[in-house]
Amino acid sequence: MSGKPRLAVFKFASCDGCQLSLLDAEDELLAIAGAVEIAYFLEASSRVLPGPYDVTLVEGSITTPHDAERIQEVRRQSKFLMTIGACATSGGIQALRNWASSEEYLRAVYARPEYIRTLSTSTAIADHVKVDFELRGCPINHHQLVEVLSSLIAGRTPRTPNHSVCLDCKRRGTVCVTVAQGIPCIGPVTHAGCGALCPHFDRGCYGCYGPAAQANPSSLNDWWMQHGHAPQQLVPLMRNFNGYAPSFRSESERLERMAATSHSSDQVGGNDK
Amino acid sequence: MTNETSTDRVLPMEVRRVTGRQRPTRHGGQSNPWAETKAMASETRTIRIEALARVEGEGALDIRLEGDRIEELKLRIYEPPRFFEAFLCGRPLEEVPDITARICGICPVAYMMTSVHALEAALGVTVPSEIRQLRRLLYCGEWIESHALHMHLLHAPDFLGYDSGLEMARDYPTELGRGLRLKKHGNQLLETLGGRAIHPINVAVGGFYRCPKRDELAALIPDFEWGVQAAAETTRWIAGFPYPHFERPYEMIALSHPDEYPMNEGRIVSNSGLSLPASDFETEFEEIHVPHSTALHAARRRDGSSYLVGPLARVTLNRDRLSPTARRVADEIAFEPSCRNPYKSLIARGLELIHAYEEALQILTNYAPPRTSRVTYKPRAGEGAAATEAPRGMLYHRYRIDEQGKIAFATIVPPTSQNQRQIEEDLRHLIPTILAETDDNLGRQCERLVRSYDPCISCSTHFLKIHIDRGERSLDPIASPSNVTPTP
Repeated sequence: MSGKPRLAVFKFASCDGCQLSLLDAEDELLAIAGAVEIAYFLEASSRVLPGPYDVTLVEGSITTPHDAERIQEVRRQSKFLMTIGACATSGGIQALRNWASSEEYLRAVYARPEYIRTLSTSTAIADHVKVDFELRGCPINHHQLVEVLSSLIAGRTPRTPNHSVCLDCKRRGTVCVTVAQGIPCIGPVTHAGCGALCPHFDRGCYGCYGPAAQANPSSLNDWWMQHGHAPQQLVPLMRNFNGYAPSFRSESERLERMAATSHSSDQVGGNDK
Repeated sequence: MTNETSTDRVLPMEVRRVTGRQRPTRHGGQSNPWAETKAMASETRTIRIEALARVEGEGALDIRLEGDRIEELKLRIYEPPRFFEAFLCGRPLEEVPDITARICGICPVAYMMTSVHALEAALGVTVPSEIRQLRRLLYCGEWIESHALHMHLLHAPDFLGYDSGLEMARDYPTELGRGLRLKKHGNQLLETLGGRAIHPINVAVGGFYRCPKRDELAALIPDFEWGVQAAAETTRWIAGFPYPHFERPYEMIALSHPDEYPMNEGRIVSNSGLSLPASDFETEFEEIHVPHSTALHAARRRDGSSYLVGPLARVTLNRDRLSPTARRVADEIAFEPSCRNPYKSLIARGLELIHAYEEALQILTNYAPPRTSRVTYKPRAGEGAAATEAPRGMLYHRYRIDEQGKIAFATIVPPTSQNQRQIEEDLRHLIPTILAETDDNLGRQCERLVRSYDPCISCSTHFLKIHIDRGERSLDPIASPSNVTPTP
């Protein structure tokens, strides 16, 4: 045994992109691999060592009965468990099933639904076990991942900024796409981490990093509605990659109730943006 | 009820992986098949590979042998289903490239490209040639990143006898360092043009949200000049690896375009004379739902037969359209014009790595920002289909849009689900030649064959595992998720 911290990476329902972020840290990869013992990381290595693990990265959400059991075992084997990415922290894009009938979904995708075993919900890791640290993003930012791992290797508590994307646009000197071009943007309520990418590319933020600390999405959406946007148009922005994060979830459900009310009283105006 | 055993608790991986530090047999599959087979004539061997390593996603391989007869062989994909085609319905069409990107963290651009082409077909939108070039440039970035990753970190360790690329770095620092740098520049291109390497944010139906400035792209030129030469060196290096002698009579399928190496468009062609518009994919190919997989298998509609997609098929069918340096290296290393050895997909990837660098360099050098970054359109009801060449092979999408511009129907056929049936068939031919091997080696060699396909299971639904049992050996609950029910 080398005495280096033992690192494990586990995957649940996800696209593999967040663990790939570790391999995408080309400049730091060999240094990290030298500073830890990679004990379990199937995407990178055939060598698999049993737990316990000092630092465990968990990617993906819980969507099957077996995975609901497996995460318990992963937790038992892990001293410090960190979730990486939107799937693990909020259920991911596949949490859209939480608002639908999963039987309908099964029938839509698979000709023989009886072959598939799945839960009706996609849920965050923290809904199942204690999580020691969450790294946000769809995908996570590999610079943040390297920083957090370096902190952990050095025995420091990792910190990542939890302000909104809006602030990062100001820092970056990006002209506000909402103010200047009237483009719907949820940067004011979205957690920082991406570097305020979308507005820099002339489009509105669509919330990959989930809700910022103390986000008030209702206030933002009320403003958009006062400026001519129908509630049903605003639902998709609140309900995508982090749609099941509590504050985005309650907001999309509020918008949906408003849309239903306006439908029933025949007050729906035009849908043009 | 083989699947049920996977919830038992043990660590077969420990057996396989830890003892598996020995180097793979030098000439995989060529050991003397007569050595032990007689003694095993009536023995039942259950070989289950619990979790295929160095692939993207989660799956397993179950093999049951009665003497020298294969009783059962399943490439079992148990990656949890995520239902993209279902939840796309009702979403605004503008969101489709961003959502389908999330099917796969390794090849998001392939999903974005295929979806925008299919949606543009439905909307009757044609993009100008400058946009078309930028899309090819973005695709080059993804081919570079994905091929360099697979070649250096996932596949090369099999040939050199290591458990990982990271471990290989100790003895091959130059080669691995070059590989990481090759990969990095692919990612830098994706970041410059797409905003970020994983799930780029700059792809829109009709074009891009913002086109890069000339300087932004010009800054990449020196690294891409280096990249063409470095990719050629890498390809020469891997061409010298010891390849198992194993060939299969594949029906190879790829896109083909008269003037260019296929990426974004072309007709679907095969080495058996097939040729049809990409939008007619479903007339010749179909998806079949098999009990052991959350990925649907694709097969030829006429007889349910398997076919091969990916770099080997592309190079075979389009070799004369590879870039000059890629063609020169292919000749220099005497790459067979109709190579049928699946392990040599690694070399085909190398040739495509050179091509992607060289084509990207050309686009970077000639780039002038287009006047408009995207074509505008009015939502209208319609239906459209498209196929493009993802790093792992042909990817097909079809959408129906309603009059408000919302998705009414979506179907997606990823490359790995097309190759899945072919992988199983290859294994059926490999196994009889390696029966004398220990379970450990047999499993290892099967896994290695699977890996030569660079399967992306997150795509096809989304991880692989392999089991070897010569009696009862149960499984690690950590290593073996199983959500696929046995045959009803």
